[in-house]
Amino acid sequence: MSRIEKTFSALKAANKKGLVTFVTAGDPSIEVSLDVLKNLPASGADFIEIGMPFTDPMADGPAIQASSLRALENGMNMKRTFQIVTDFRAHNDNTPIILMGYFNPIYAYGCEDFITDAKKAGADGLIIVDLPPEEDEELRVPVQEAGLDLIRLITPTTIGTRLQTVIKNASGFLYYVSITGVTGTKSANIEEVGAHIQEIKKHTDIPVAVGFGIKTPEDAQNMSQIADAVVVGSAIVDNMHQNQNNENLTRLISNQVSALKKAV
Amino acid sequence: MIALDNKKSQATAANSLRAGPDEKGHFGLYGGRYVAETLMPLILSVEEEWHKARDDQAFWDEFHALAKDYIGRPSPLYFAKATTEHYAKGDKGAKIYFKRDELNHTGAHKINHCLGQILVARRMGKTRIIAETGAGQHGVATATVCALFDMPCTVFMGAEDVERQSPNVFRMKLLGAEVVPVTSGSGTLKDAMNEALRHWVANVDDTYYLIGTVAGPHPYPEMVRDFQSVIGEETKQQMLEKEGRLPDTLVACIGGGSNAMGLFHPFLDDPTVNMIGVEAGGFGVDTDKHAASLTGGSAGILHGMRSYFLQNDDGQITEAHSISAGLDYPGIGPEHAYLHDIERVQYVSVTDDEALDAFKMLSKLEGIIPALEPSHAFAHVMKIASELPKEHIIVMNLCGRGDKDIFTVAEKLGMEI
Repeated sequence: MSRIEKTFSALKAANKKGLVTFVTAGDPSIEVSLDVLKNLPASGADFIEIGMPFTDPMADGPAIQASSLRALENGMNMKRTFQIVTDFRAHNDNTPIILMGYFNPIYAYGCEDFITDAKKAGADGLIIVDLPPEEDEELRVPVQEAGLDLIRLITPTTIGTRLQTVIKNASGFLYYVSITGVTGTKSANIEEVGAHIQEIKKHTDIPVAVGFGIKTPEDAQNMSQIADAVVVGSAIVDNMHQNQNNENLTRLISNQVSALKKAV
Repeated sequence: MIALDNKKSQATAANSLRAGPDEKGHFGLYGGRYVAETLMPLILSVEEEWHKARDDQAFWDEFHALAKDYIGRPSPLYFAKATTEHYAKGDKGAKIYFKRDELNHTGAHKINHCLGQILVARRMGKTRIIAETGAGQHGVATATVCALFDMPCTVFMGAEDVERQSPNVFRMKLLGAEVVPVTSGSGTLKDAMNEALRHWVANVDDTYYLIGTVAGPHPYPEMVRDFQSVIGEETKQQMLEKEGRLPDTLVACIGGGSNAMGLFHPFLDDPTVNMIGVEAGGFGVDTDKHAASLTGGSAGILHGMRSYFLQNDDGQITEAHSISAGLDYPGIGPEHAYLHDIERVQYVSVTDDEALDAFKMLSKLEGIIPALEPSHAFAHVMKIASELPKEHIIVMNLCGRGDKDIFTVAEKLGMEI
């Protein structure tokens, strides 16, 4: 059983919902992002998404755009991202790690090499924002061979027969993008999201995590009523940026994550 | 008015180079639909509506009626006698023609695909238009058709380009468009395109994204090409009328590649016609300041397509540079990437300085002030014309006029206006 499956079964057995937290690799620095990551599980994060920075993150709002550019200025690249995952795994062998980003840096690295190195480092899944089912075969095949999960995105516009297209070949969990928009911007309409997730659940047993626009413990609590997990990204990235020079940064983020976990 | 081959029935023969893309939008390895899931259903509906329009004669009748009376098509195919004589040497020197798309309403070829796309947007029932722009030509052309059809228009433009193309910013505002300066990233055309995509993701219900070149996710490269192919179709017919035969060489500048694709595409299956795409070499393609994606870039994925991009070894997109804002884009349309790989089209580059010399030369020789974009094409014509035989016919796409560039050029020449 994969780490992702194990974590969702444990949550289900305990009748709990999961918290997914997002941190950009290399922002505000390689060392600090690693330190924050290492402390996330103890603070309540059930899953960790690590952002692989890209110059042109077209699905991201201002917070993650700026975070990506800062990470790149810090010399972040794929090898260093893998090193962060390796270092994290030396301390933690249970919490699933999902690498999130855009296809071009992976394509430049080489799809097969990327999967080999991601698995070796200890990653469990991938979310590639600009790789819809129609185009994902060249990455999906090596991902499946390696036993990792290529996590599919479902959005409010994924309706009708398209839902089947996306669910087919999905594994790990489904990432429900709760708004039509970029990360960290508007807030979702919970009734609409809830209705859509119920519809999705008719077609698949794969767990559904909801993300985009979830900022506060209150948002997280509301969303956790209708999904198996909630994703918080921009709010954490923002908090890290606001307090980048604070020597207690890791503790501040731990507190934020603890509050979110209590709410879900 | 020239009758055009709109239904593509002749173009879909099995071995035709004009048959692409395949049904998933691929030209060989390139093209495709690399967009966020939010946009996928919308992209699919643009494709569906475009294909319905393409097969509907009433759609083309409306397009051609407006192309004639509103844009001023067909644009003339002009024998550039003075230029031909200037570059003749002894028994050599090609015969040079210009396809005068700078005479179009709004001063460039961009209006061709803006007209076509707004008709598609109306068929889709969309009520507002967004666009990205570099030099501002596509923004002006988009704002123009939006004024014509009374649709609200928002144009995303890199903050740096807003600065260096202020006359076009003013024009867009006069036409009723909202111009949004984009400061994210490097503040140029690629960032304007990112921002337009982000805006579209957030406004999928009522908004149509009117992309300004043969780039972006399928079906845009195909759709923009088919609207711009009016350039090549006219050229073919005009050349047959004037010379009784096809031209030997076609030359066009390339940023994203819309004017070049429009000129080249109708000739792709004519093996005697040689084609040259001229990329912006900036300070030189061996420096890090150029915009020559094919000559100095590599295959990658950005803005919804697989194509050639300027990028580093880690797959991070690098900034393009060109004296011409319209060519200042670190990518190129996917069909060009394909034609490059199969070597059907030859791609070269010229530098900022060469383009500037060509700008001055064409102004004096023919009394035509070209835009800096086709000045790149002319710089290459200047290089090759004298070496070619007298019976060799070159057609260069003079795709835009230079009024918008006089400030940039004056500054470069150290003159005050």
